[in-house]
Amino acid sequence: MNYHINFNFVWKYADKLYWGLVLSIELAFISILIGCVIGLALAVVYNDGHPWLKRVVSAYVEVVRNLPLLLLIYLIFYGIPSIGGFAFDATESFVLTLSLYAGAYLVEVFRAGLAAVSPGVIDAGKAIGLTAWQRFAYVRFPTMLRIVLPSLSNAFISLFKDTSLASVIAVPELTFGANWIKTNTFRAVEVWIVVAGVYLVVGWILLAALRLLERVLMPGRRT
Amino acid sequence: MSGAFQFVVTTLPFLWQGLLVTLWVSLAVVLISLVTGGLAGIGLTYGPWWVRLPLRIFSDILRGTPLLVVIFTIYYLLPFAGLNMQPMPSVILALVAFKTAHVGEITRGAIQSIPPGQTDAGKAIGLTFAQRLRWVILPQAVRRFLPPWVNSVTDTVKGSSLVSLVGIVDLMLASQQVIGRTYEPMPVYLLAAVMYFVINYALSATSRRLETRFAYIRE
Amino acid sequence: MTDPLVRITQVKKSFGSTLVLDGVDLDVPKGEVVVVIGPSGSGKTTLLRCINALETYDDGSIKVDGVEIGFRGEPGGPRKRRSDGELARIRADIGMVFQQFNLFPHLTAVENVMLGLTKVRGMPPAQAREKALHWLDRVGLSQKTANLPSQLSGGQQQRVGIARAVAMDPKVLLLDEITSALDPELVGEVLSVVRGLAAEGMTMVVVTHEMTFARDVGTQLVFMDHGHKIAEGPPNEILRRSDNERLRSFLSRIEFRQDG
Repeated sequence: MNYHINFNFVWKYADKLYWGLVLSIELAFISILIGCVIGLALAVVYNDGHPWLKRVVSAYVEVVRNLPLLLLIYLIFYGIPSIGGFAFDATESFVLTLSLYAGAYLVEVFRAGLAAVSPGVIDAGKAIGLTAWQRFAYVRFPTMLRIVLPSLSNAFISLFKDTSLASVIAVPELTFGANWIKTNTFRAVEVWIVVAGVYLVVGWILLAALRLLERVLMPGRRT
Repeated sequence: MSGAFQFVVTTLPFLWQGLLVTLWVSLAVVLISLVTGGLAGIGLTYGPWWVRLPLRIFSDILRGTPLLVVIFTIYYLLPFAGLNMQPMPSVILALVAFKTAHVGEITRGAIQSIPPGQTDAGKAIGLTFAQRLRWVILPQAVRRFLPPWVNSVTDTVKGSSLVSLVGIVDLMLASQQVIGRTYEPMPVYLLAAVMYFVINYALSATSRRLETRFAYIRE
Repeated sequence: MTDPLVRITQVKKSFGSTLVLDGVDLDVPKGEVVVVIGPSGSGKTTLLRCINALETYDDGSIKVDGVEIGFRGEPGGPRKRRSDGELARIRADIGMVFQQFNLFPHLTAVENVMLGLTKVRGMPPAQAREKALHWLDRVGLSQKTANLPSQLSGGQQQRVGIARAVAMDPKVLLLDEITSALDPELVGEVLSVVRGLAAEGMTMVVVTHEMTFARDVGTQLVFMDHGHKIAEGPPNEILRRSDNERLRSFLSRIEFRQDG
């Protein structure tokens, strides 16, 4: 084979990868924030809402969890404008998709978290005269947070990897940057090896940072 | 109403062809990775360090990299290993590698959930390592293995949609092609969605059934 | 004078920096029941597990019926770990009953007993089943043969554990605190099975906290502490003896616990 591995071409366009990486992390971050809001709200609805509201929540969770993310991305980006819905730009559309996707997974996480708060603790809240809202804000929510934080960290890393799919609708994140360099330099192997390494190492660093953050946020917990 | 019916009738055969490809790819990946992942899990649990270390590295790398990137990396890397593969075998190799890592971890977790006293008891009646695995450990580990494994099967079906990005006409790419001709994205995507949903919903339902089915082993 | 069935000489074993067996000697003649007592952490369970090669020992020798358990080659010479197959063959002739029963939860009582007979001894299933049923009958469980362990009481599970070990016709039977995990009212049924085996001349090494049982069944009593063998002799002699400070304090605590 006459092809010689040469990483110089990749370094030449390193800024593409750098800005792509920054956008990837941003996409994952915004999506998990919105996803948490959706997930927590729906978890509360599921636990305390009317039976038919429960059904709606389960339907949403089941539909999203059983469809490929790629299909959801296409469906929202190409499908919705085609039937006269809002036309978002690619990045907005992707954030919307990934947030809905994250939300469906996080409902389960928050539900388990809420369920794990022992009734005794809530009774204790009632006993000292807290209102329903105060009980949620000061008793249920903080107790639950300790339980769900590790799952949230894992979900964030998972979403960070999922952002690679944004490249299919030309959102200029890391994988899109890699594709661009490949197309313009024909240095496919080098680019993909470097990009795989970036996802891997950045993913590990992010996870380590989040585990550290977990320990700061819940110092009482040993694990 | 009849327009919509007409639409379904004309597009369905294309989507059906794509669906078959999706199912074939998923089935191949699921079956191969069941074997390779099972072996990887046994190696990760019982292997000497020179088996465990490379498996650990392999597993951490594949689980830490987006599937899309794994597919492209392997696709372009294979020629350097002297293998000029068609997209199909290459992409199946990538999916199998990815799934092997995941199934390996599921297997390891399932085996490690068996109390060490079971191994002691197996040793005490004179069973060899292979016999302990076959008659004592694996029959019990199956209960812990199946539910996450069936979930990983749904992940495989969903992940198989990425083969469309290297030009394999699966359900995903078939839908794109139909849309390219009909300019009707929404109904086509919805049809594809229904197909994916039915397969995966059936699989998740199976997973829930298996959980109750194997509950009896609980001590 | 024939060699004892089990001969343990100067066995040493440490976990990390903790020395758990510090040069233990012990002989178990054929047909005798050696009872090992001692406080927790004295090394008695580790010693028992070494006899079945469930633990390796660092130095010294353990021979069962003349065969070195943990290693190939004589002590002093080059020692090689035994292979998986060799260990399996050796262990097949040494029965063990565990504190936590360790029954196979996916197999019924009779299947638990049959597994070793079919897979290790190579018996045809019908013959293995017959033998397993015989032993389950002997331990008083002829009505429970098709039950899963989860459907049995602790005492019943432990009796299956005994049947599983004895059905292999072991040369020696190792009992590791087999009543410690049982409710007090279930201890008797298990011990009476062991008494029966002792009466038939089964060679046993027993680790236990049941002093009455130790006195009744043991032909020899060994007191261990901190990885050492402190005292050894006929049970009545040992249990009455008070010349050893550590033995005396151990016995007083045991008596106290039995009263309470």
